[in-house]
Amino acid sequence: MFAWDLLANAVVAGLLLGGVYAAVSLGVSIIFGLLDIANIAQPAFLILGAYAVYVVNTAFGVDPILAGLLFTPLFYLLGAAVYRVYYGSFERRGEESLRGLVFFFGLLFIIEVSLSMKFGVDYRLVQAGYLGKSLEIGGIGIAYRLLVPCLVGLAMTLTLYLFLGRTFYGRAIMAVSQDRLALRLMGANPVHIKTVAFGIGIAAASLAGALIITITPVIPSSDRDYIGRMFAITVLGGMGSIGGTLAAAMILGVVESLMSTFFGPSWAQAVSFGILLTALAVRPSGLFGR
Amino acid sequence: MRDAPLVLLAGLVVVGLGIGIASLRVNPYLYFAGYVILQYIVIATAWNILGGYAGYVNFGTPAFFAMGAYTAVFLIQTMRPPLPVLILAGGLVSALLGLAIGYLTLRLRGTFFSIATLALSIVLQTMIINWEFVGGSRGLSVIRPSGPPFGNYVTFLFTVMVLLAVVAVSAARFIERSWVGRGLAALRDNEEAAECMGVPTLRLKLFATTVSGFLLGVAGAPFPYYVTFVEPNSAFSLDYAVNALAMPMIGGTTSWIGPVIGAVLLGSAQQLATVTISSEMNLFIVGIVLVAFVVAAPEGILGLVRRLRGR
Amino acid sequence: MRQPWTRTIVDGALAAALTVVLLLGSALGALAADPIKIGFGMALTGGLSANGKPALLAIQIWKDDINKKGGLLGRPVELVFYDDQTNPATVPGIYTKLLEVDKVDLIISGYGTNLIAPLLPIAIERKLTLMGMFGLANNEKYQYPNYFQIQPAGPDPQVSTAIGFFELAAKQTPRPQTVAMVGADAEYPQNALVGARELVKKFGFKTVYDKTYPPSTVDYTPIVRAIKATNADIVFVASYPPDSVGMLRAAHEVGLQPKIFGGGMVGLMFTSVMTSMGAALNGVVNYDFWAPEPVFMAMPGIKEFLKEYQARAEKAGVDTLGYYLPPYSYALVQVLGQAVEATKGLDQQKLADYIRATEFNTIVGKVKFGKNGEWAKGRTLMVQYQKIQGSSVEQFRGPGKKVVLWPDEFKSGAIIYPYASALK
Repeated sequence: MFAWDLLANAVVAGLLLGGVYAAVSLGVSIIFGLLDIANIAQPAFLILGAYAVYVVNTAFGVDPILAGLLFTPLFYLLGAAVYRVYYGSFERRGEESLRGLVFFFGLLFIIEVSLSMKFGVDYRLVQAGYLGKSLEIGGIGIAYRLLVPCLVGLAMTLTLYLFLGRTFYGRAIMAVSQDRLALRLMGANPVHIKTVAFGIGIAAASLAGALIITITPVIPSSDRDYIGRMFAITVLGGMGSIGGTLAAAMILGVVESLMSTFFGPSWAQAVSFGILLTALAVRPSGLFGR
Repeated sequence: MRDAPLVLLAGLVVVGLGIGIASLRVNPYLYFAGYVILQYIVIATAWNILGGYAGYVNFGTPAFFAMGAYTAVFLIQTMRPPLPVLILAGGLVSALLGLAIGYLTLRLRGTFFSIATLALSIVLQTMIINWEFVGGSRGLSVIRPSGPPFGNYVTFLFTVMVLLAVVAVSAARFIERSWVGRGLAALRDNEEAAECMGVPTLRLKLFATTVSGFLLGVAGAPFPYYVTFVEPNSAFSLDYAVNALAMPMIGGTTSWIGPVIGAVLLGSAQQLATVTISSEMNLFIVGIVLVAFVVAAPEGILGLVRRLRGR
Repeated sequence: MRQPWTRTIVDGALAAALTVVLLLGSALGALAADPIKIGFGMALTGGLSANGKPALLAIQIWKDDINKKGGLLGRPVELVFYDDQTNPATVPGIYTKLLEVDKVDLIISGYGTNLIAPLLPIAIERKLTLMGMFGLANNEKYQYPNYFQIQPAGPDPQVSTAIGFFELAAKQTPRPQTVAMVGADAEYPQNALVGARELVKKFGFKTVYDKTYPPSTVDYTPIVRAIKATNADIVFVASYPPDSVGMLRAAHEVGLQPKIFGGGMVGLMFTSVMTSMGAALNGVVNYDFWAPEPVFMAMPGIKEFLKEYQARAEKAGVDTLGYYLPPYSYALVQVLGQAVEATKGLDQQKLADYIRATEFNTIVGKVKFGKNGEWAKGRTLMVQYQKIQGSSVEQFRGPGKKVVLWPDEFKSGAIIYPYASALK
């Protein structure tokens, strides 16, 4: 007898996780997918966001996701600042690739170690009213702990999709990666546009961090668990495609969940990266890439 | 290769010095610390062949290093061959790994290669964790062979590492000055233009990843005998990834001397920090120095020296 | 101006006498102040620092206590330690520096199996006595006679975590039949699972689920659901702190209610976890080494130690109650110190022989070492979390919330069985 309910539950859990993974990868999708900047430090901002939320949640009892939302303007500014440094040091001189990568790697390291020095290596969790409760729909259990972050993640994805497609800044961001000269001719300053985009990317990361710490405890080196996932999803989904990011995130979430349930969790993560490597080898432009 | 005899002589002198220091049997701590610094000279030089010469950033240094170490572990558990065999085998396995990864991703842009190397470490670490024979997640204790030269096995490993460092640096220098090096530099500056000019970019890139992989594996092969206990977390440690990046960047990526300078400076500083201040601060400082160099002195110390000399 | 030669002689003699007295005095003074140095590496950063830092604090408290009483052999005790970063590769370098440059008189190990492993060959090579701090089966390969382990695992370290759990299960009526076991892909959980499999065979249970998961798993719901689907009576989990929390939370969400749940979940006993999980811990039967139950609180010196530890813990940024490892770390150096005093010296072989042959009185009770340096009789406890309400830390300070079920000599309460009854 095939365990249909187990399968159904695994798929649902995977989809919920996928919603969160999409939120996690949005920043990379914009920064790497659209701006073509390989920001390896993105996961560190994810965890930085998670810790910021932890501090506020522990001190004032503020709901973690609400706290995450409140922090987004701050992280936007941080992202803009980081981009300015990156631009001034590398892009302007045309030396992006090697040194830019190393710059971000160093940044990743600094953020991770600073968190470690300040907070130590104890696992940090947040408290919220809905954690520990779940919903039952037709034999499928849905934990609020996963549902709420997933819904927020989907909302983030939709917002960004609309932003990029419908607003001036959004379309400028999409244009800047395709044709800088044309953009200039249209009266928009590419550097300014890129600053905005980078800021949005980092703000997205910090909010996704709030989602992560709601789902699971976090330590400073948790960022390494997400580096691979973020880039795998962005590449698989197709660089610069928000819809592709969502689809790829869902696929990754479901694959991880199914592997966990039926074959044992041991290989779930490795399989995801196997998918990435295969995708790179076979169809590097991803599923929905341009 | 006009200066081959001179290089050979210089190499022999350095190895001779190493043996001399070893036979003096000075404070054993020197050999332990020295081994680590020499190991980093090999790692930094290996990384730079691909990163500095060709411009392809490898974030998966731990994967190659650990494969060298685990190949050695596997052989120790089965046949227990002598150390030179372990070193060659470790190097070959990592070379093959480099070739494979290169073949899969080098037809794409550099950033895809870098991302693939990130993923590589995780995949390999998962495989090793699930392989009970080499200890799996529990790790494996390895017993050093008895009756080593110089009386102490680590002193012997120190001299071996001196030899390996000389080999690595000579290889880097040789590549740098040959047509291979010029080809790599051309593709680093502008890959499309190089292609158009007839430079066999794919083959050169594959060559660089293979050689780089070989040297990283060679650095990792003596590791089990040095530490006597091999487990995945420390074999695949992020420290190797960061240092492999930081040392050439700080020393200077355009020449074979850069990684050596970086390895000696940064390696010594870290060894010192391990036995003086808290080592978290030590990592923090590496990060800061790395970013500072990359932003302000992108050509590393070599670049600074050149500027001072007014070139 | 020339002085009369008699005066010169007297001056000279006085000067000579003064010099001799001064020299002797300073030599004696130096001898008296000449400290006994104990050297070690400790996980102050990295994955195991959550246990390494409290261990260090406990050792420092011992040093202060012993120096207040005049030191060892009349000499003050000095600690020389470095951060091993939870990285075994640093161990050879650190201990070589300690022995060759800092010239320490005694060494002890760092915390954890992985950090003790590279140290054993060094100790063996130099014929040193080595006190081990919480490592599982480190000496099985080497069988070095001068190694002693403070973790109360006993002669069969691999089954030590699980034996109480399965024995308790076997005693219940009706007798549970099926077992689901799961653990992280890491050193300790894998060892615990090997032991668990042996015990399952021994007690004649039937295994219906036996899988592992990678430590970076984000969501444990699929795993817990798969276990629930097997309807196992016994669920044995071997996990590290983040997965322990994840598994427990997922179990509540999914509604996993076997007859007995827990086993080898590291981290549940950490103060920060106890206060954040609160009542979700109720009913879990888990391994432990120490509990604030009467039999442990009555041991000599423990109350003073805990008072001092808890006073310093907050500032040191470590576990605030210290109800897990710190008493054992203190006991480790207590044993060493007592051996030094008893053998009246620092001769490594004499120390080892003394430690092997003696039953010590420490703040964790009587300690006697047996085969391979493990405790002659294992003392891994099985506790059950009961009647926890809310998340205040005060309820955990005294007895009653973490009741000892096994072994019988330390039993302080009855098991609430099945697991579901404890959740009400």
